Amino acid sequence: MSSAETSAEALEAREYFKGISDSVCGIVEAEKAPKIWLPAFAAAVGLTGVLVVSLYILLTEGTGIWGNNNTEAWAWPIVNFVFWVGIGHAGTLISAVLFLMRQKWRTSINRAAEAMTIFAVICAGLFPVIHTGRPWLAYWLLPIPNDMAIWPQFRSPLAWDVFAVSTYMTVSILFWYMGLVPDFATLRDRTKSKLKHTIYGILSLGWRGSARQWHRYERAYLIMAALATPLVFSVHSVVSFDFAVGQLPGWHTTIFPPYFVAGAIFSGFAMVLTLLVPARAIFNMKHIITDQHVENMCKVILATGSMVGFAYGTEFFIAWYSGNMYEGFTFLNRMFGPFAWAYWTMITCNVLIPQFFWFKKIRTSPFIIVGLCILVNVGMWFERFVIIVTSLTRSFMPGSWHYFSPTMYDASIFIGSFGLFFTLFLLFLRFMPMIAMFEVKGASPHAHAGVKHH
Amino acid sequence: MSTDKPIDKVEDKLYGLLAEYESPGALIEAAREVRDAGYTKFDCHSPFPVHGIDPAMGIKPTILPMVTWGAGITGTGLAILMQTWMNNWTYPWNIGGKPLFSLPMQIPIAFEVTVLLAAFATFFGMWGLNKLPQVWHPLFGNDNFVDKATCHGFFVAIEADDPKFDQEGTTATLEKAGATAVEAVRYETSKKHRALPNGVIAFMALSMCLALVPFAYIAKQRASTSDKPHMHINPNMDFQTKNKPQTASDMFADGRAARLPVAGSVARGELKADDHFYRGLVAGEWATEFPKEITLSAETMERGENRFNIYCSPCHGLTGAGTGMINQRADAVGATATGWVAPSNIGQESFAKQPHGQLFNTITHGIRSMPSYGAQIKEADRWAIVFYLRALQRSAHSTIDDVPAGEKPAIR
Ligand code: HEC
Repeated sequence: MSSAETSAEALEAREYFKGISDSVCGIVEAEKAPKIWLPAFAAAVGLTGVLVVSLYILLTEGTGIWGNNNTEAWAWPIVNFVFWVGIGHAGTLISAVLFLMRQKWRTSINRAAEAMTIFAVICAGLFPVIHTGRPWLAYWLLPIPNDMAIWPQFRSPLAWDVFAVSTYMTVSILFWYMGLVPDFATLRDRTKSKLKHTIYGILSLGWRGSARQWHRYERAYLIMAALATPLVFSVHSVVSFDFAVGQLPGWHTTIFPPYFVAGAIFSGFAMVLTLLVPARAIFNMKHIITDQHVENMCKVILATGSMVGFAYGTEFFIAWYSGNMYEGFTFLNRMFGPFAWAYWTMITCNVLIPQFFWFKKIRTSPFIIVGLCILVNVGMWFERFVIIVTSLTRSFMPGSWHYFSPTMYDASIFIGSFGLFFTLFLLFLRFMPMIAMFEVKGASPHAHAGVKHH
Repeated sequence: MSTDKPIDKVEDKLYGLLAEYESPGALIEAAREVRDAGYTKFDCHSPFPVHGIDPAMGIKPTILPMVTWGAGITGTGLAILMQTWMNNWTYPWNIGGKPLFSLPMQIPIAFEVTVLLAAFATFFGMWGLNKLPQVWHPLFGNDNFVDKATCHGFFVAIEADDPKFDQEGTTATLEKAGATAVEAVRYETSKKHRALPNGVIAFMALSMCLALVPFAYIAKQRASTSDKPHMHINPNMDFQTKNKPQTASDMFADGRAARLPVAGSVARGELKADDHFYRGLVAGEWATEFPKEITLSAETMERGENRFNIYCSPCHGLTGAGTGMINQRADAVGATATGWVAPSNIGQESFAKQPHGQLFNTITHGIRSMPSYGAQIKEADRWAIVFYLRALQRSAHSTIDDVPAGEKPAIR
């Protein structure tokens, strides 16, 4: 290779690297956000306001404002909790599991997906805490010495949940922040404003991209991915234990952990697409988040959606095959009982809808993708609703059977939690590098420019 | 960010040489050559981790995995210890008769704590080993470095501290390795600009102080006096719209919240129709006999003695002569002068003549300065005490002739 050739290759590589920095940092550095950002943000903040007001009423009035009753003690708050935790899992899956599997295409979406994870877990954490009724005593969940010498009961999956979800939250934040540091350093070095330089300077911890630092950094990143991977599976397994360890027909099944994890990934990927397909159009990121990436995610949805469908089938088969009359009743009741409408919504959205992704035409039409993904999440919400509500309202004792109807506050708190989620996500898109620049650069073929093979 | 403004000739020092290379591949080659030339204090800089640079520079594998491993194992151990201690030792918790200690139930939490500690150790360990956070570094004074190092530039920096360093020779080495530019990096020796900007420190200090304001306000509110109810930070269901005893209510004509039982209603076991047993009266006169429920046995006598010693002796003394501890104390402090009424001498003739029922009544309701004992001593025990009082009264007038012949030598 002549030296002129090398230079041309090197020049092209350097221009590519600079281009990545320019387009990703450009979003953050732009004086004005894209036109659609402000109205979207205003709407999200408005919904957050709904959440705040509803929470105020909840805290002053008590949980009586919900539709929960003696039979149906869990209801929406727990449905929402499982729904949001599940959404969060796609982020970790993309950032950790795909990393370990050396799927380079993940680099363009992992940052945004990790952010989504954290915001979803924040929304998720809200619900069990307010479901306790007296959230200011939520610290009782932790093993803290107290004057009654009483400790958490570690045989209960609810105690495991506390550890699983809080560990998950912490590790997700650490992992996310670790990934952000080199990109914050890029922003720091580009900015002309003294204030921003100080802020990004603090956030980037004085990172200067030295090879000796990168060496430890990459090691740490790999270890974190290796820790986060089993963690994400454990978290949703533990969430599923909340049900599976209980003795209620429809809950007491060993299929729950894998079935919940598949469902979580399914719903999470749907959420990632719902967020990123519009975001890449608005922020002109189509050259980084390419059609190929979107297609890959559609395929993941198709695969996990089919797994979920398979799990529904297995569950149904076992209810009959076990010969257990209560199990049998529960599943027939789900299909034809008072909540049959919820069951069939779930089947349509979770089993049938993703099958559309067999077609390349659909996997490449953004509007249809977003539409289908929203339906998938509707379906996944109904899955948790069906599991929780149908089993509780028709348990062993017909004397305690009951129909469940939510109240206005059930709805306002759930809708409000979307406000919180989108507020945080829109802030993230505007003020943080939404794409992991250093990873995209490192994963591109240009990263090998000029490398001689000895 | 920039060092363009002239430094007022303060002392500055050479940090080292900074050479730029055109591509990741060129950087690897340069790193190898610098290392082969025997330099040890040098580093490469790139916007992303360049693969293949570690062997070229001779970077030894980091100890970070060991740190992670140690923290993880600690987490597992701590979690198992915690669960065993909390559920088996300090608070043995029987759940459905299962064995107190069982490993399977501890696995989920042991796993989570393992991951948590391992992640913390990895995160903080990595920054620590990398000597970050760092407020200042000489290389940040170089504009070319700042412009490119985190974006699209590839640099080698050799420190002046390196034993092999000499400005000309090192420059030549770097250029020979294909550098597109080589620059000397100097830095101010004064430490003034190496700290966090004053604005940042002021901001942190201010926000810390402001964060204390709510707590200070609450503390002040709770400690000061006011004619309004104290501020109640956590309502915690302390105020409920329910009726409590002894409160008023508009609901009822009599204005009180509590309801009285219907006139003439009697609670279970509270009828107490037997005048003799419950009140010591027979046909309206003091009973002279013990009621039929009381058997006059040695056992009843003992019971009476026992109750008397507990309830009556503090004032009346063990013999009933009125010389109990309390009276002794009253005498000692001269309480008689201020109206102390001495407990009666129960052995006195007049009390010995009182019918059983009257003594019973004295215990039940008390008399003049003596408080009532009806609420503390059950009827049967009160009768037992009366029985014992008779024994005390008898002994108060006893002579040596009353002592059985066999016992006489013992008391002489
Ligand atoms: C708190 C001290 C105190 C205790 C305890 C006490 N007494 Fe007295 N008792 C007195 C005093 C003082 C009087 C004299 C009252 C007076 O004259 O005002 C008295 C008077 C009496 C009398 C004489 C009543 C009369 O008709 O004048 C009898 C009998 C008597 N006590 C029995 C008892 C018995 C039995 C008990 C145990 C159940 C008892 N007392 C416990 C303080 C006590």
